[in-house]
Amino acid sequence: MLEQAFEGIVDYLQIMDENGNVDSSSLPKDLTDAKILDMYKYMIYARALDAKLLSLQRQGRAATYAPLIGEEATQVGSVFALRKQDYFVPNFRQHAVFLVRGFPLDTFFIYWKGYEDGGEIPKDFDATPVSIPVATQLPHAAGIAFAQKYKKKDAAVLAYVGDGGTSEGDFYEALNFAGVWKVPLVVLIENNQWAISVPRSKQTAAQTLAQKGIAAGVNGIQVDGNDVLAVYKATSDAIANASQGPTLIECVTYRMSMHTTADDPTKYRSDADVAVWQKRDPIARVKTYLTKKGIWNDDMEKQVADQQLKTIDAALAKAEQFKPDPKSMFENVYSFIPPVLKEEEDEGVASNFWQ
Amino acid sequence: MQMNMVSAINNALDLILQENPDVVLLGEDIGKDGGVFRVTDGLQAKYGEGRVMDTPLAESGIIGSSIGMALAGMHPIPEVQFAGFMYLAFNQLVSHAARYRSRTRSTMTVPMIVRTPVSGGVRALEHHSENPEALYAHVGGLIVVEPSGPYNAKGLLIKASRMQDPVVFLEPTKLYRLLKEDVPDGAYEVPIGKAKVVKEGSAMTIVTYGVMVPAVKDVVEQKGTDAEIIDLQTINPLDRDTIIDSVKKTTKLMIVHEAQESFGVGAEVAAIAAEKAIYELEAPVTRVAAPSLPYPMPGYEKYYTPTANKISAAIDKLMSS
Repeated sequence: MLEQAFEGIVDYLQIMDENGNVDSSSLPKDLTDAKILDMYKYMIYARALDAKLLSLQRQGRAATYAPLIGEEATQVGSVFALRKQDYFVPNFRQHAVFLVRGFPLDTFFIYWKGYEDGGEIPKDFDATPVSIPVATQLPHAAGIAFAQKYKKKDAAVLAYVGDGGTSEGDFYEALNFAGVWKVPLVVLIENNQWAISVPRSKQTAAQTLAQKGIAAGVNGIQVDGNDVLAVYKATSDAIANASQGPTLIECVTYRMSMHTTADDPTKYRSDADVAVWQKRDPIARVKTYLTKKGIWNDDMEKQVADQQLKTIDAALAKAEQFKPDPKSMFENVYSFIPPVLKEEEDEGVASNFWQ
Repeated sequence: MQMNMVSAINNALDLILQENPDVVLLGEDIGKDGGVFRVTDGLQAKYGEGRVMDTPLAESGIIGSSIGMALAGMHPIPEVQFAGFMYLAFNQLVSHAARYRSRTRSTMTVPMIVRTPVSGGVRALEHHSENPEALYAHVGGLIVVEPSGPYNAKGLLIKASRMQDPVVFLEPTKLYRLLKEDVPDGAYEVPIGKAKVVKEGSAMTIVTYGVMVPAVKDVVEQKGTDAEIIDLQTINPLDRDTIIDSVKKTTKLMIVHEAQESFGVGAEVAAIAAEKAIYELEAPVTRVAAPSLPYPMPGYEKYYTPTANKISAAIDKLMSS
């Protein structure tokens, strides 16, 4: 029984506005200009990687791809807040997160070329691979967070989901379990306003997505997802509090491109809609800030971008050497090879259908 | 020691919790209450709430979080209170538990045992008597096990706990307390992927599993039929060799299961016989199973499940063909 009225609160956080002006009163102390510059470099790196994959897909050299352009601050700002020992649990668009955590880029390309071999997670790389069924990865994240607590490890789990994903049952079930268990989980909603063609306004009548945590007893905060500083601060705070239990962060951003390469957004949204968000670009504002500070200029950018492109191209060249082995399909289903799979594999090898 | 299936599974879980500190049990009402069938009775008192946990009432959350625990190096044993409520977790099992090993080329695995009661015969309400084994068996990457008595229940469960695979462990409710068997006190394994010839014979092969094993044995014993009875024990991967060897010997094949006949396990067994032993078969393959409609409420149960009379008549017909 309530002894007094229940009131839930969702705060909003922005530190750097779209013109690159910083509210220094809310800037975390550890966010030095050197660190901001580092985040900036990763944001342009992620955008370059995204452009490369999009072009590969258009040339028929990659399978269906989900572009991230526009969401660089949400991804880079949040993953920069992770400590070495922390986990991340992605959906299918968190390419910048993989990039910042040092996932082998050639393996990344192999995945997007359409091979499970690209889902090989290196030993000691604490993350799950791309997870496609929307929000189904969140209960896993709650379980991984449970395991950290169970094994008395000082590690937190950062899990990603989209705005559409907050309508799924698994979203709520994961928050509810994490709330009851008080496990070190941070669920970050990458609210890019679109679930393929369905806009945020048709996804829920809730005023914010962050408030969806309140029903599960999980604190929520909404941040400007195109402000890398705000995303960093909100995630850092959540990680610092993780031993007390889970946090929900809604990052308000925008999907500047298509849902995936199989989608044509001109069918359901206008250029004018997109133009509004062009002005809120997550990268431009940081560049303005760094340039004003005198620690960045176009020449430096060109040098860094050239180096990044070289790394990307080298990884791609390596990935293009990859030769799929159909036997690997049969040999990675169980911890043993059942007779039926062995027979099917042998039939495949003996036939010439695999040539 | 003489044990019923509830005691045998409880004893197995106890030994598993002792053996592997990364094992936890989780599910609805499994703690203080010991589960609605008392299968986990006393385990929370012995191992604490940290290892034997009551969860919120959400099946996808139970299985999904168990998958996460498994990915992070634990070996969870979730219980879903009835198989009829496990459809809520079907997505987690099919989309993730079954696929993690192949998706990551064995760099991440889901060692987990999902326990759930199945089958009818206990006059339960709607949704409490489901036979979903074929649904799970059709999913590559999952192992599906269904014991038929205390001895193999304990041994299969212990074996499953030592494997790095997701195992769907189906426990026939009717058998929980139906009969007692001599069960060794310590840990032992019953192999997964191996059927057991529970009675040798030469006149026909009867392939069955789970709740129908004692039923078939009773009918065959009463009639004195010289039938060979095979208890599959593991539904997937199916022990095809044991089935084929027996069919080649007896030249007649009958499959008995409580699940509906259409698209069931019996269809797979019959297809294997057709592929591997068609020239040895001297009569059409017979299936004794439920009609192709949803499992009814208890008032209609006796018209639905394969009764002793139905099995007996099918044996007579196959013997004379």
